Amino acid sequence: MASNDSDPRASAAEEEHIPAAIKILVAGGFGAGKTTMVGSVSEVAPLRTEEVMTEASLGVDDLSGIEAKGTTTVALDFGRITINDDLVLYMFGTPGQQRFWFMWEELALGALGAVVLADTRRLETCFPAVDFFERRGLPFVVAVNCFEGAHSYSADEVRSALSIPEGIPVVLCDARSRASSKEVLLTLVRSVADRMAATA
Amino acid sequence: MSESNDAGLNADGMGSVVRPYILTEGRQRSDAVRLDMVSVVIAARAEVDEMALEPEQVRILELCRRAQSVAEVSAHLDIPVAVVKVLLGDLIGRGYVLARAPYTSESPVNRDVLQAVLDGIQRL
Repeated sequence: MASNDSDPRASAAEEEHIPAAIKILVAGGFGAGKTTMVGSVSEVAPLRTEEVMTEASLGVDDLSGIEAKGTTTVALDFGRITINDDLVLYMFGTPGQQRFWFMWEELALGALGAVVLADTRRLETCFPAVDFFERRGLPFVVAVNCFEGAHSYSADEVRSALSIPEGIPVVLCDARSRASSKEVLLTLVRSVADRMAATA
Repeated sequence: MSESNDAGLNADGMGSVVRPYILTEGRQRSDAVRLDMVSVVIAARAEVDEMALEPEQVRILELCRRAQSVAEVSAHLDIPVAVVKVLLGDLIGRGYVLARAPYTSESPVNRDVLQAVLDGIQRL
């Protein structure tokens, strides 16, 4: 609706060289390692913000599991990577449960893409996120967080268990490791670039 | 600073939720400016008439000497995002703060931006 150039404040802001922001979501079930991954690549310790959702903020089509009255408080952990003077990347750990659906809508709006962190001990906890991003057409990668002591699966086994179509990357990772999390983010951004090239 | 609260819902959650809404005089969204969680904001002027502002707005202005996102302002001041948006909307309307909209589906990233993101991540 309100585009950048129709808003005089926004153009004034550009003259002041305010960086623009891009966001990437990191989704997955409880304990899948979302905050760990955000922390491993963020230049600051993960920050926590609270979003208070009121009745009016909730979607009208899917209220299942959400209290229709009063407010819901959802905590979000996020981190930051300064790309350059003009660009900052934010990574948001996104609550994985289906009842936070309404929140994903706002978070997904304008996001570059998403990482779905899969925990092989509870693979089914990432189904809602995979479904959501598929339906929204948001680029995503599935990153299988290889916990110590958990039975390890190959990327192909996870792909077939989750019915992830070819073209969507499935990679193994260690969310605690910066190098490994970096590789996941790079895989995501490259896949966004590939999609852009394919549609150009 | 951010390790003080470790749960979205805590025992004294009511206090921290209710009061900010009083701060915003019952308004839940700013009509003037549509701010995103990752809109980047920065203080526009050095001199501030503190008497004309809410104490929380003065804190926001201090924090915004460096450009940062709405989400960061919320996290650093421990005020919910929805409330920060209203307080910031006010400050923007009064010329105290400038905001830059994030990349969205309406103003999508181009190849150069994507390449910059790739390079930036690679440098980590």
